[in-house]
Amino acid sequence: MKEELIISGRMNPMVDPVLNIWHWQIPLYLFLGGVAAGILFFASLYFIMGREKKYPAAIKWAPLLTPFLLVLGLAALFLDLNHKTFFWQLYLTIRLESPMSWGAWTLMVITPLSIIWSATWLKELIPGWHWKYPFLDQWEAWFIRHRLILAWIMLISAVILGVYTGILLSAFNARPLWNTSILGPLFFASSLSTGAAVIMLMAKSHLERNIFSRIDLMMIGIELFLIVHMFMGFQASTQVQIDAANMFLGGPYTEVFWIFVVFIGLLVPAILEALELLGYKIPIIITSTLVLTGGLFLRFIIVYAGQASRYLY
Amino acid sequence: MRFAMAIDTKKCVGCSDCVVACQTENNVPIGYCRDWVVEVNDGTYPQLVMEIRSERCNHCSNSPCVRCCPTGASHYDYGGIVLVTPHKCIGCGACIASCPYDARYPHPKGYVDKCTFCVHRVKEGLPPACVAVCPTKCLYFGDTDDPRSEISLVLKKRKYKRLIPEAGTNPNLYFLI
Amino acid sequence: MNRRNFIRISTLSAGGAMLGSFGFGGGKEPSLLDRLTGKSHPDESGYMRTPTYCEICFWKCAGWVYKNDQGDIWKIIGNENDPHCNGRLCPRGTGGVGMYYDQDRLKTPMIRTGPKGKQSFRRASWDEALDYTAKKLDYIGKKYGPETVALITHGSGGKLLTTLMKAYGSDSIAGPSYAQCKGPREVAFGLTFGTGLESPEPTDIRDTRCLVLIGSHLGENMHNTQVQEMADAIDRGATIITVDPRFSTVASKSKFWLPIKPSTDIALLLAWTNVIINNGWYDKEYVEKYTTGFDKLKDYVQPFSPEWAYGITTLDPNLIRQTAKEMANASPAVIIHPGRHVTWYGDDTQRSRAIAILNALLGSWGRRGGFYLPELKEIPEYPHPPFPPVKKTWRDILGDQYPFAELPLANAIVDGSIPGNLKDFQYRGWIVNGSNLNMTMPDMHKTLEAIQQLELLVVIDTMPMEITGWADVILPECTYLERYDVIRNDHNREPVIALRMPAAEPKYDTKPDWWITRELANKMGLGKYFEWKTFEEFLDYKLKRMGSSLDEMKKIGVKKYPRESGDLYFSNDNPPTFDTPSGKIELYSAQLEQAGFDPMPKYTPHEEPPEGFYRLIYGRTQTHTFSRTSNNPNLASVMPDNKVWVNPKVAANWQLKEGQEVWLKNQDGSTTNFPAKVRITERIRWDSVYIVHGFGHTSRLLTRAYGKGVSDSVLITKVLTDPVMGGTGMRGNFVTFLTENPDKEAKV
Repeated sequence: MKEELIISGRMNPMVDPVLNIWHWQIPLYLFLGGVAAGILFFASLYFIMGREKKYPAAIKWAPLLTPFLLVLGLAALFLDLNHKTFFWQLYLTIRLESPMSWGAWTLMVITPLSIIWSATWLKELIPGWHWKYPFLDQWEAWFIRHRLILAWIMLISAVILGVYTGILLSAFNARPLWNTSILGPLFFASSLSTGAAVIMLMAKSHLERNIFSRIDLMMIGIELFLIVHMFMGFQASTQVQIDAANMFLGGPYTEVFWIFVVFIGLLVPAILEALELLGYKIPIIITSTLVLTGGLFLRFIIVYAGQASRYLY
Repeated sequence: MRFAMAIDTKKCVGCSDCVVACQTENNVPIGYCRDWVVEVNDGTYPQLVMEIRSERCNHCSNSPCVRCCPTGASHYDYGGIVLVTPHKCIGCGACIASCPYDARYPHPKGYVDKCTFCVHRVKEGLPPACVAVCPTKCLYFGDTDDPRSEISLVLKKRKYKRLIPEAGTNPNLYFLI
Repeated sequence: MNRRNFIRISTLSAGGAMLGSFGFGGGKEPSLLDRLTGKSHPDESGYMRTPTYCEICFWKCAGWVYKNDQGDIWKIIGNENDPHCNGRLCPRGTGGVGMYYDQDRLKTPMIRTGPKGKQSFRRASWDEALDYTAKKLDYIGKKYGPETVALITHGSGGKLLTTLMKAYGSDSIAGPSYAQCKGPREVAFGLTFGTGLESPEPTDIRDTRCLVLIGSHLGENMHNTQVQEMADAIDRGATIITVDPRFSTVASKSKFWLPIKPSTDIALLLAWTNVIINNGWYDKEYVEKYTTGFDKLKDYVQPFSPEWAYGITTLDPNLIRQTAKEMANASPAVIIHPGRHVTWYGDDTQRSRAIAILNALLGSWGRRGGFYLPELKEIPEYPHPPFPPVKKTWRDILGDQYPFAELPLANAIVDGSIPGNLKDFQYRGWIVNGSNLNMTMPDMHKTLEAIQQLELLVVIDTMPMEITGWADVILPECTYLERYDVIRNDHNREPVIALRMPAAEPKYDTKPDWWITRELANKMGLGKYFEWKTFEEFLDYKLKRMGSSLDEMKKIGVKKYPRESGDLYFSNDNPPTFDTPSGKIELYSAQLEQAGFDPMPKYTPHEEPPEGFYRLIYGRTQTHTFSRTSNNPNLASVMPDNKVWVNPKVAANWQLKEGQEVWLKNQDGSTTNFPAKVRITERIRWDSVYIVHGFGHTSRLLTRAYGKGVSDSVLITKVLTDPVMGGTGMRGNFVTFLTENPDKEAKV
């Protein structure tokens, strides 16, 4: 029998017996950031493609939510800090090798962008809206003139944000479960899928709902493909990564992952969307909620299970 | 200059004096520790082998914790010793998650804390507290860039291993086997 | 120092100062008070420190107490000049600061208000508590005689209390360190070589080529010098042979591990003797010149072949031969280690004799790499009137029991306190200092029975140990970091003394032992035995007569003296003498024979565990001393409880899981108060379980230690008493597992 144990009583809070440094705040932040990134991606993409009229929910309505999502995400991130009064240190430096630094700065860029983007559509969306101060009207006019540039910056930062939510984790090779380059695309696909789900919810036209339903179906397909490949990759890798994969293949995370993420969060909505495309009437609220739930569970499970996966002891 | 530590697993009896000496030297709060002792047993009675390792931060030459720190609080210091500057640390926990050795922990005051190789002693020419106290003298500390240092000599003479070098960290703890 | 270095160091110190503001860094600047009073002295780097010697265990390593910037006790570092530690304290000594900071400490004197065993006390002033004690002692002395009061002590405070007891008229002064620990080997080596081993044992591990450990888990017991020298021996490539049913830490570092069946050690020792004699591997010249009884021994061991021993010990006969050869090859630089806690099976003096005989055959006594000849510095007495005669000495009280006991037996005092055990004698009062008898003595039930019969139980301690709950009066002493004590004076390679002085004022309303003892003496009208003005004067008086002074000792902490008794080993200039009746090493003991015991060690089979039961083996751990450190915050953080070690085969039989909680029940139905977590490990034999001694505290006042782990003293109800000297063998107990709580209310 092999026995490996710490005999000096190490019991560092939040590290032992299993790493527990990140709680609900980080997965929630990753989820909210992901949804916002998804929405803003579609908004800027379709704006650039000139589908302003065709997809008003994607370009105009859904982005209204993103400032709130992002601020909530930032608040969660702040709550997670253990040395909160020093948070401003984040913005005194740019550390190119630190995903956390990338994230902090990306949010610094995309949050104001999302506010500006939303603000430029307010007059159009809410009849009778007017700005209290005249200089805001001037600004608005200026931003509307440069909407295309705005859209391009937003598109790039949305991709960075979407991918970043995965890279934040995959950069940690200390946690074998996270240490896979599939996590970036997977989380980005999930953020597009959840973003699409929100747009579907807000879409009024059948056309718009239909196109985002198709997009979502495609994203779910990509996610399933990535998940399968992630586990294949783990199984073909080192022992610690095989052990990490086994947490989901018979281990403690098996049921919760396959039922809540894969079945309820991916397969069921995919079937519903397919049925809808075939012409069946499916309440969109059900599909969207399932997708969003699946996305949230994915973040939670990956963050928690990742902390339980380790090299030593 | 490249500070490193060698731990003679053949001599270590696992007494944990290193842990207690670190506690008192560095005022590590009770319930936390910067170093720890691992015992590994293998075999079937009575064919058994045991390995005892006094472990701590590996002060890696390629430290994931320094890389992932968003503020530069984690940094390379004197002789490659990896340190955390408490007033730069925001306590995000990224470095804690990034350490394959789980050598870091959040200090109750909020910042992240870890072994410093007793840099305050090393700068005065003293060995780290754990090395100075070890009753079996199984810990060697010194500059591996200096071929005549005690640690360089012992590493030349003895077989050693490092912990999970495959994590790419280039650790600076050497376990003599 | 060249310029570059100088610059490097000075710039770096600035960095150090910056780091210092984040929590560490020592007190380089003495406080004004310290400077004015000259209380601490700077070390080479300028840190302020005061000398002490450790009180966490009996090894008493000398060290320095350092203070931080705030003037609080910061850390304790070993004294480089002390041969007990060579500048390196063990974890317990390093964690000694925790004893000082423990917020659970006894804080004020207390006097009992309710029945014994209940925590019903009232706070008292020192005056009141000492008055109470003095009056009670006076009453007992008048009614029953002072010899009915016993002192049970472990630690430095015992020295002055001993003076008080002798002045009072009793010599029943016992330490569990004798009959519950090293007594049998002291008697056995005394019978064989004419002198015991004392502490620290004069084992010359530093220079040995072969170290044989019989059930001694050096490295798990932190007998500091020995562990240090053993590590050096490993470095040098010396052979270590370990005989232990458990894969002890040192077993893993040994060239040979003999996983012996428990309780059969004498059979192995006899087989080794047989092999060494029959192959002529013994030191012929040494044996011829210095020993007596060799022929009788040779004849006697003939039947005890390795094959014979195989049937008993389960050890491969070839392994027995091979290890005997290994010892012979190293001879005389070989140590068959006498061990320290050797009260196992009731024939412990005989087993220790077998060890002594093997050492004699291999010529290791008085030889380099075997046993050196230690030397002790005489400490002059502070003048006091002669002690009154003792009406009934401990020996008189014991009668013809245990004829070879050299010191009073703590267990005999317990027995003698229970009415009817002794003819016309009963102990009526105990003074207990630094010894938690509830957990120290085997058979806790008997100890409690005895305590309930006492008219007075005075407990002097630093912590609210179980024994304090039974006291009539509790006198809280301050810790060793807050007091002066008698000069440490143990034998060693060179005579060496050490000073302990206070590093801080006593916390709470606690007092040093010397103060307690003298005040009590004054109240008892025995002040003339303690006529020094201050304790400093008492120490200075002695030190001045030893070529030193208190002032000097405050600066150096440890002083070594040159040897006066000649060489460290036997030589032509230093011919051996043996203080035995024959003047030689007695392989055959006529003394034992005359007293009706076996003159040569005999193997007797011991009881074996019944079906479903496992032999209880207990031992030490590096981070704790007995039960006295379990509540120390630093040490408890390293080891908060003890686990019960179970072989995987046994665990499979009982379907036990790693970390599962079980209660242990022994052959007499005595059950642990608390559950222990199971550790499934190959390190223990399938016929035994192992726990570390000292856990399972039932005193709720020990907030960290209460209910953590289990106590072996609850499970040791069967005591195998050594008829030779009265040692209490404790390894004849067997336990089984209970997976359900046998008693919803924890018993106390």
